[in-house]
Amino acid sequence: MKGNGPGKNRGCGGLITASPFLVPSLIGLAIFYLAPMLISVFISLTDWNGLDRLFADGFMRQHYIGLENYRSILTSDEFWKVLGNTLEYIVLYIPLMLLVSISVATLLSRQRKGVGVFRVLYYIPVLTSWVAASLIWKTILAPQFGAMNNILALFGIKGPGWLLDEKWAMPAIVLVSVWKDMGFFGLILLSGIIGINTSYYEAAAIDGAGPVTKFFRITLPLLTPAIFYVMIVSLINSFQLFPQIMIMTDGGPNGATQVMVERIYKYGFRYFQMGYASAFSWILFVIIMLCTALQLRGQNRWVNYDS
Amino acid sequence: MIHKKRLGTAGYYTAAIVIAVLAMIPFLWMLSTSFKSRGALMSVPIEWIPKEPTLKAYIKVFSKFPFLQTIGNSLFISVIYTLITLLSASMAAFAFAKLRFSAADLLLKVFLATMMIPTQVTIIPLFVVMNKMNLINTYGSVILPSIFRPFAVFLLVQQMRTIPNDYLDAASIDGASVFQVYYKVALPLCIPTLATLSITTFMESWNDYLWPLLMLTDKAKMTLPIALSTLNGQYATEYNVLMAGALISMIPIIVIYCFAQKNFKNGIMAGGIKG
Repeated sequence: MKGNGPGKNRGCGGLITASPFLVPSLIGLAIFYLAPMLISVFISLTDWNGLDRLFADGFMRQHYIGLENYRSILTSDEFWKVLGNTLEYIVLYIPLMLLVSISVATLLSRQRKGVGVFRVLYYIPVLTSWVAASLIWKTILAPQFGAMNNILALFGIKGPGWLLDEKWAMPAIVLVSVWKDMGFFGLILLSGIIGINTSYYEAAAIDGAGPVTKFFRITLPLLTPAIFYVMIVSLINSFQLFPQIMIMTDGGPNGATQVMVERIYKYGFRYFQMGYASAFSWILFVIIMLCTALQLRGQNRWVNYDS
Repeated sequence: MIHKKRLGTAGYYTAAIVIAVLAMIPFLWMLSTSFKSRGALMSVPIEWIPKEPTLKAYIKVFSKFPFLQTIGNSLFISVIYTLITLLSASMAAFAFAKLRFSAADLLLKVFLATMMIPTQVTIIPLFVVMNKMNLINTYGSVILPSIFRPFAVFLLVQQMRTIPNDYLDAASIDGASVFQVYYKVALPLCIPTLATLSITTFMESWNDYLWPLLMLTDKAKMTLPIALSTLNGQYATEYNVLMAGALISMIPIIVIYCFAQKNFKNGIMAGGIKG
């Protein structure tokens, strides 16, 4: 009973009590975040190939190239193509994902028999690793012997080459991603629907509103905070596509599905252009920050917070 | 009126079942393909249900690849990763929520700010660091980053703040040390959050791809997703082998899901996990 019990300490005496609890996290923060970030900035200013020893004598003289990596990335055709591919993904993915996951959330919000079973079934794709999911879909989308084109053939439709077709590869990736993510975002939106005050619905019912009116006049407007959250998360995820690309297309055909993280991985660990890859990753960081900031700024135009 | 209600019910189940079928078809295809022989993969017309089901693909997965070892690796890594996350994060959360010290708010902000940094920014230097520490191709390389998980700290701080200080004070008046207060009073009161976190963390670690891909290149050390991606390179056209591997990789997580569905749900509602 020296008076340093929890909740009582202030000032530096508290720091001595607290530090043993913080040490593991602080070590992790330093080794796995702060130091790598600083080193990453440094590497991005060099043409390091991953072989010469970093910080050795004369390293700077030999490898320092200033902002050259950033300049050459931003002026390369490849970077803009990669950005275009990502935009194609975003433009197709976000509306489709929202449509499907709002439907999923609405279905799961009804207290019907069997709703628990549906919830489990919708969630199984989320549990599956991206690697397993990508392998499954790769075989489904195989042009000749895959399930997709054989099912389409039952309806008399001749399916495209999907992952092997420059035009269809990215839409195919979008399709798979919507399938994989609908349960995840569906459940987030479901928690939004559950959070809506039931008195709104009761009032609307007294006024004679049907289910469709209720959905568009109550559920959807009051769900906008959750939809907003889902949009930010999915937008940030869209810039970080990786396993599905690596397994299903490896960036092909003809670069049609090359995306940022795939480029960072390949420049760093296949072509050993560590400096170039590091600069690329900082550009990715800035893009993600900008997207988040833009969305935070735009939100008061359309998000209703029910206070 | 009754007629209208029946129509509504029919509409509901039609929509729900259509989405369920779309969600499940890929898994049925995986199941069916994994029992096909190599020849049956390319039969015309397509065999939706294999005419002569065979276990050849499964035998091949286990005989051509140390797949049992892989399953063991994945289990070991994910369990230890989860335990370290829970321990380290709950300790930090306890300090932030219940111990007063200078710069606590600033430090917590730094912790939370790191959540904004995409992992891709740090992979190259982290690779260098791991290489320096001779950790490449060890379990440690994949497990150690679990020591700092800002999202887990964040969730646990929220939970710990709801614990009344009176409980903790009562314990310290009875002579409990700060550590005893932490693990005898604070931790038990966080069990719901710890349960949710343990499942979501386990799942993240189990399904992780990019980092283990860089760290574990030795077949004997690989986790399931990495082994699967290696199979993809080796048996690119033998879909039955790929599907058998994919199916096996899914079993543990599905079993855990069945036992702990509620915690999964809470985890998503907390806005946390992504497979």
